[in-house]
Amino acid sequence: MLFSESVNTGFLFLAPWLVFFPVIGLLINAAFGHKFSERTIGAVASVASGAAFAASVLLAVTVSGAHGEAMRWRLAEWIHVGSLNLDWTFRVDSLSTTMMLVVSGVGTLIHIYAIGYMHEDVRFKSDPGRFRRFFVYLNLFIAAMMILVSGDSYLMLFIGWEGVGLCSYLLVGFWYELDLLGRPSWANSNAGNKAFIANRVGDWGFLIASFLIFYTFGSLQFDAVFAKVHEVNEGLIVAITLFLLIGVTGKSAQIPLYVWLPDAMAGPTPVSALIHAATMVTAGVYLITRSAPLYSAVPEAQHIVSLVGAVTALFAATIATGQYDIKKVLAYSTISQLGFMVAAVGMGAYVAGMFHLITHAFFKALLFLSAGSVILGMERGHHHAEHAHHHEEAKGKRKIGKKKVESGGHDAHDDHASTGHGEVFDPGDMRNMGGLRKTMPVTFWVYIIGMVALSGLPPFAGFWSKDEILLDASRHSQVVYWLLTIAAFFTAFYMGRQIWMVFFGEARHEAAEHAEESPRVITVPLMILAGLSVLGGLLNLPFDGFHNLGHWLEHTIGEVEALGLNLQVAGISTVLAALAILISWFIYGRKPMAKNQNDPLESLGILFKGMNGKWYIDELYGFLVVTPYKTISHFLAEVIDWRFWHDWFHEKVLMATYNWVSEIGLNLYADQKGIDAFANGLGAWSQNLSAALRKVQNGFVRSYALSILLGVVLILGYLLIK
Amino acid sequence: MIPVDYYIILSAILFTIGVLGVLIRRNALIIFMSIELMLNAANLAIVAFGSVIQNFSGQIFVFFVIAVAAAEVAVGLALIVEIFRTKKTIDVDQMSSMKG
Repeated sequence: MLFSESVNTGFLFLAPWLVFFPVIGLLINAAFGHKFSERTIGAVASVASGAAFAASVLLAVTVSGAHGEAMRWRLAEWIHVGSLNLDWTFRVDSLSTTMMLVVSGVGTLIHIYAIGYMHEDVRFKSDPGRFRRFFVYLNLFIAAMMILVSGDSYLMLFIGWEGVGLCSYLLVGFWYELDLLGRPSWANSNAGNKAFIANRVGDWGFLIASFLIFYTFGSLQFDAVFAKVHEVNEGLIVAITLFLLIGVTGKSAQIPLYVWLPDAMAGPTPVSALIHAATMVTAGVYLITRSAPLYSAVPEAQHIVSLVGAVTALFAATIATGQYDIKKVLAYSTISQLGFMVAAVGMGAYVAGMFHLITHAFFKALLFLSAGSVILGMERGHHHAEHAHHHEEAKGKRKIGKKKVESGGHDAHDDHASTGHGEVFDPGDMRNMGGLRKTMPVTFWVYIIGMVALSGLPPFAGFWSKDEILLDASRHSQVVYWLLTIAAFFTAFYMGRQIWMVFFGEARHEAAEHAEESPRVITVPLMILAGLSVLGGLLNLPFDGFHNLGHWLEHTIGEVEALGLNLQVAGISTVLAALAILISWFIYGRKPMAKNQNDPLESLGILFKGMNGKWYIDELYGFLVVTPYKTISHFLAEVIDWRFWHDWFHEKVLMATYNWVSEIGLNLYADQKGIDAFANGLGAWSQNLSAALRKVQNGFVRSYALSILLGVVLILGYLLIK
Repeated sequence: MIPVDYYIILSAILFTIGVLGVLIRRNALIIFMSIELMLNAANLAIVAFGSVIQNFSGQIFVFFVIAVAAAEVAVGLALIVEIFRTKKTIDVDQMSSMKG
């Protein structure tokens, strides 16, 4: 049976191996990794991920051979309870293979990059043992993500959904007890908690939606659900889609649950690239695309989704403009771009959303990895400078330390910079950088490519995908269109600002001065991603005959209107992007920031303060949710639990009652006056009795004889009378 | 033929004298003799009844009793001798060291 199926369905039998390959990789590393060298560990993990990529390619070939027909591979029976019948089934169709290719393809490149990155990271933080742990987590993530995208039911998708959430938590808090510079700090672990807890809210929405789906449709399997969409009450579908939206806002970092993603940058940079930019955070977009039949049935819900996405896109873009941390800028940029995707799939432009998802995976992974390369270069430069200072006088060193405190003191909201130690150097702070184009040329060029692709200048990948979204928006809703267009303007601006601050001008810190280019294991994946960022647009060009992605996906999500190039929309967005980069050059490039100079944007006053302070959403949530929650928890713990339950109820009521019952009731009455009295009484009584009987034993033989006589007389008398 | 009643009455009188002797006298030897008297009173009754029912088993029984009595006398006298050696008296009232 297995053989015949594999003949009919090509490489479909590889579907479970998407999960098995990374799991095998992680098991090898977990079991034998302690004997391996770093290279071997990295190679095992990368090969495992690469094998998953190869399997994805073969599956994609199989799907295209079957004309995009959805295929299933049933691995095992799973849950059969009552009317719920779920199998562990892999679904292979054009949508899921697209996601598989992105996840395993970008994932493999990031695995390779991570070999180089983590080599330096674990040495920098002097804990080489964690190298293996990192790759075990990374492979686990790939496995979970594969379950997510290949699941054939909402429940299997949820398993993957939770699995990637777990990996995200583990990897955000990877250096759970150290900060960026290897000093003791719980900031990373707090960031991990924040990510996990914020996602919990979203997962609650997903779960409720799943329950509602089962309640409404009697099944969780995709096809069975979608087949009945038009038979059920529309209100229920609205509820399902909106609860799913809560899940999406959690995982894909949309308003109101986006707050975890910027903090998640506490994880090592490959994690930020893989999980928090390219793959996991797009799971929400995938979920909506997968649920397309549900969303298409309720335009009200679609409108809400696209509005949430558009508002998030603009909101996050403004925050990104005011950040100093190189990774925070990219984090808010990711939120903003995810907003684009969510807005697109909300409008029913599923192809545009998926297109942007793919191109974004390329250029955002590229940008994050390049940012990681920049940070590594800064750390090397810092190390170099530190090393040089060791030979100098202590006096000089103290002076430099003081200066660093001042420069770090600019940003009260930056977690790394404001820890308040004597030696504060933040390798991710853009104010410390400058002039890196000379010291890190490869990183510079790939960063430029990523920046142009993200800014949406033709002919780079980002232009085509973003333009498709904007075009769809212009036809659906003017509000969404303008929100997204302004967001695109901000996108180009903050990317320009970043480029000028990081790579141009003069070094504003000795670390930047001594920065060194990263090794090939890091730069080669960057170059591949740069190539993809340039060419990614070819997937779906807005010309007749080039709607490849659209034709590919329409087998799964139905016919999608293929749009041509609208010169007005494309023109406005291109001009705005170019204008934004020009303005950023005017502010940051024409006259580069000097050492310790304030950001020129600070002249905007309160506006910049807001952007820099993330519009104080964290503080607002702290005030609205965290503080009351902590107050209530404290009240519950201190007053209810400790004082009421422990001090009063347990000590006063339970223990006092127990003591009273045991001392008075049981000890005194039951034990002493009951059992003891009975036992003692028995003893005393037998003593008394024997004392009385003792008198009989008087030692006079004659009295014994008399007793015998009397006894005989009595017995005889009795016998006679009877 | 003397009626059996007379034997029984004689036997009862002898038994009673024996009982009274055991109960009243303090001399161990006298008590011993009284016990012998009671045994012989019983023997008399047994042979009397045996002759009434024309059966030898009564007489055989008596022989056993006489034999047992002889053994008892042997043991008893040995005990009395031993008691006399330790206590220098054969007054049974003096032999109350095991009283309760």
